[in-house]
Amino acid sequence: MNELLEFIKSNLDLLYILILAIFIGVELIKNVPTVLHTPLMSGANALSGVVIVGAIIVMLQSDPNNYLSLALGFVAVVLGIINVVGGFAVTDRMLQMFKKKK
Amino acid sequence: MSIALSIIYLITTVTFVIGLKMLGHPETAKKGNLISGTGMVLAIIGTLFLQTKDVVIDGIAQTVPLYQTVPLIIYILIIAAITLGSIIGWFLAMKVKMTKMPELVSLFNGFGGGSALLIGLIEFSKNVGIDDVNKASSSIVITILAAIIIGSITLTGSIVAWAKLNGSMNDLRLPNYNLINNILFLALVAFGAYIVVMNTDSLVLIYILLIASLIYGYLFVAPIGGADMPVVISLLNSLTGIAAAITGILYGNMVMLVGGILVGSAGLILTFAMCKAMNRSLGSVVFGAFGGGGDAAMATVGKTGGNIKKTSASDAAVMMNYSTNVVIVPGYGLAVAQAQHVIHELEELLTKKGVNVKYAIHPVAGRMPGHMNVLLAEANVSYDKLIEMDDINPQFPNTDVVLVVGANDVVNPAAHNDPSSPIYGMPILDVENAKHIIVNKRSMNPGYAGIENELFFNQKTSMLFGDAKSALTELVSELKNM
Repeated sequence: MNELLEFIKSNLDLLYILILAIFIGVELIKNVPTVLHTPLMSGANALSGVVIVGAIIVMLQSDPNNYLSLALGFVAVVLGIINVVGGFAVTDRMLQMFKKKK
Repeated sequence: MSIALSIIYLITTVTFVIGLKMLGHPETAKKGNLISGTGMVLAIIGTLFLQTKDVVIDGIAQTVPLYQTVPLIIYILIIAAITLGSIIGWFLAMKVKMTKMPELVSLFNGFGGGSALLIGLIEFSKNVGIDDVNKASSSIVITILAAIIIGSITLTGSIVAWAKLNGSMNDLRLPNYNLINNILFLALVAFGAYIVVMNTDSLVLIYILLIASLIYGYLFVAPIGGADMPVVISLLNSLTGIAAAITGILYGNMVMLVGGILVGSAGLILTFAMCKAMNRSLGSVVFGAFGGGGDAAMATVGKTGGNIKKTSASDAAVMMNYSTNVVIVPGYGLAVAQAQHVIHELEELLTKKGVNVKYAIHPVAGRMPGHMNVLLAEANVSYDKLIEMDDINPQFPNTDVVLVVGANDVVNPAAHNDPSSPIYGMPILDVENAKHIIVNKRSMNPGYAGIENELFFNQKTSMLFGDAKSALTELVSELKNM
């Protein structure tokens, strides 16, 4: 319990950011027309690929002789970047079609 | 972390917020996606080259760029991984058919979860064999375990969702699956708590936790019916965001934290919006296992029945040719048959002949909300001809002919008048108010949700059997001859 309180105390600014970010997320998506639900979901999905940043950090911190860690990190980067590149590209492709109004 | 990198992360975070905001409006959506994409690229490049490390050189504490201390081989590996993943991601995104979009989004989402779980695994293994003083605190261990559990659930859950939408996997319902799933989930949490409390660094325990989480992800999605899959994908998407945010806490990395949480909360709101469009509660989606044709659906079959009226392409063409107002109700069957272009041709032809043609778009037409709009936009159908449900419903009484192509559940009157139906209460397109209804279907098989549709037995309804593409092509050529 003490450790939890200690954690909260030392990470207070983190908690503020966390809670405010939750509200921003809710506000941003509220009242979006159903037409855009699919591209929006796909676009948000691309954003969750930000986990790639963590994968890169893990790799940079890896011991070059720890092959298991390197291999897992490698896969983590590949999966993360597929999420990012694929996510943004597919969203763009979808939205491209909306633009072709005549 | 260098100040330059901090600033880059700050900029990226802002691009995420702005991008997400712009994605919510049709005119700005494309630009918004581009803006957050640019932010993401900045963050990745910054993470690669702008990190710093505190080292002691000649007894003086100094901050040097991290890349000076990292062996070249690691950079080569990272760049190789990025190149490989980018090619795969790009290839998948460019090759996918628009009808297969929901599956792909689900798959991408699973990859993000997989990435988070691997990061958790590596971080935990760093802790193995470390003396107590330097060991990670239990709050760090909690974060690591949460990343592993949530990452695993999204990985297998998304793959199951992908396989189901693909048609390569059927619903799997163990007896008492809700009970089993809930017990397994509680066991997962308890096991995680045990690892934290025991302060163990046993990798075996972590692998058990990992495998149990993977199994839970599978069992969680396996019983959920196909019709509810969009909601599940959106929910899993939200979970991936949370997994990313948790790994962000691990590294004190703000862009991961904020980006992940934005996706987490936005995804959750989107999940609720989708539930609302289908008139389902999240609880009944997750625990109800609807969509495979339950008892209620079977009960309806007996009640409906009756005579159906068949029609031919030439009769249908005549009827539409002499109408003033025609409304087309497209469903997923249209997309499966790749008939979007033919229906656009039909629409143009009728318009040329002076008929007023519109499309009625149900919020969940297709496989995801808004999916049908994407599919029709691909076929160059003009945006302003797509009318949303609430706007088109009052117009049906003035509509001469409704042409229903490959849609079923979204026009099923059982949603209004059969309390025993699983879709009872779902908002539908009130096509039965129109003067005539032509339904194109391949056969009398019930729709995706597995529910019989009494609309087909309505006096005003004529059935035009056949594959959507060939039936519509025939309709078009009949019209051309008139």
